[in-house]
Amino acid sequence: MMSTKVQAEKAHASISTYLAIAAILTVITLAEFGVVYVAALKGAVIPILIILSAAKFWMVAAFFMHLKYDARLFTVFFVTGILLAIACTIAVARLAFL
Amino acid sequence: MAQAEHHEHHEEQTNTGLANRKMGFWLFLGSECMFFATLITNYLSNLGRSPAGSPGPEHFNLPVTTISTFVLLMSSLVMALSVYSIQRGDLKKTRLYIALTALFGLVFLGFQVVEFTTFVGEGLTISANIFGSSFFLLTGTHGLHVAIGVLWLISLLVYSFRGGVSQERALDVEIAGLYWHFVDVVWIIIFTVVYLMQRVR
Repeated sequence: MMSTKVQAEKAHASISTYLAIAAILTVITLAEFGVVYVAALKGAVIPILIILSAAKFWMVAAFFMHLKYDARLFTVFFVTGILLAIACTIAVARLAFL
Repeated sequence: MAQAEHHEHHEEQTNTGLANRKMGFWLFLGSECMFFATLITNYLSNLGRSPAGSPGPEHFNLPVTTISTFVLLMSSLVMALSVYSIQRGDLKKTRLYIALTALFGLVFLGFQVVEFTTFVGEGLTISANIFGSSFFLLTGTHGLHVAIGVLWLISLLVYSFRGGVSQERALDVEIAGLYWHFVDVVWIIIFTVVYLMQRVR
């Protein structure tokens, strides 16, 4: 009984988890907005923005889209699409800028 | 116990034990990643190629776009809550959260209409230069996806009042949710690449 309950809880996020994720997403968005105005960061801003954006992307996909709790196969499908998308972007960027 | 029972609803009579519709939808979302990647790449590779002095990204209003980004993120929260509610058989809350998600989607679209109208008024149109073309193509396609999502949610809401949405058919709401969250993650990338990084450049 207990193990079934634990399994079920692991299978689905709770409302408090959703609210916590929304709060973190809000804070990160505000940080993104703020960081572009900090002149002292200059060269570090773009890497910071990429990391913050990737964190937001992961949180929405993992928790709101349930990839963290769902079958691994769905993650494989989605990540494959993302990797192909990144590869396509890098390939065209190299052609365009080099 | 109710959660455990609910978990059992997800067991499907398929070779994989997974819902075919959900699997198909994840494949679709994977292909959508590549679709949006082409538009983002097109935007990036055309940056700085417009004639000097022609309208460009200096027209962006970052504070306003940050607010619209926040609205879209919060729409994802209420969409997740609607899926949570229908999986527990709470139709009333499901309807409320679906309606809120659609409303937030409409607010986001409102921001985009105001932004586009302002840009056009300032001379930055889809045919002004290559920057305008690639910018409107990317953000307009995303906006179209949001509009489709809003229509989907409204139809789901109407369907719920005709008895078509229930705990047993929670997958219908879940798939609509997957689409909505995908539109949100695409915007997370667009907001960073188009708006935030532009400010740094």
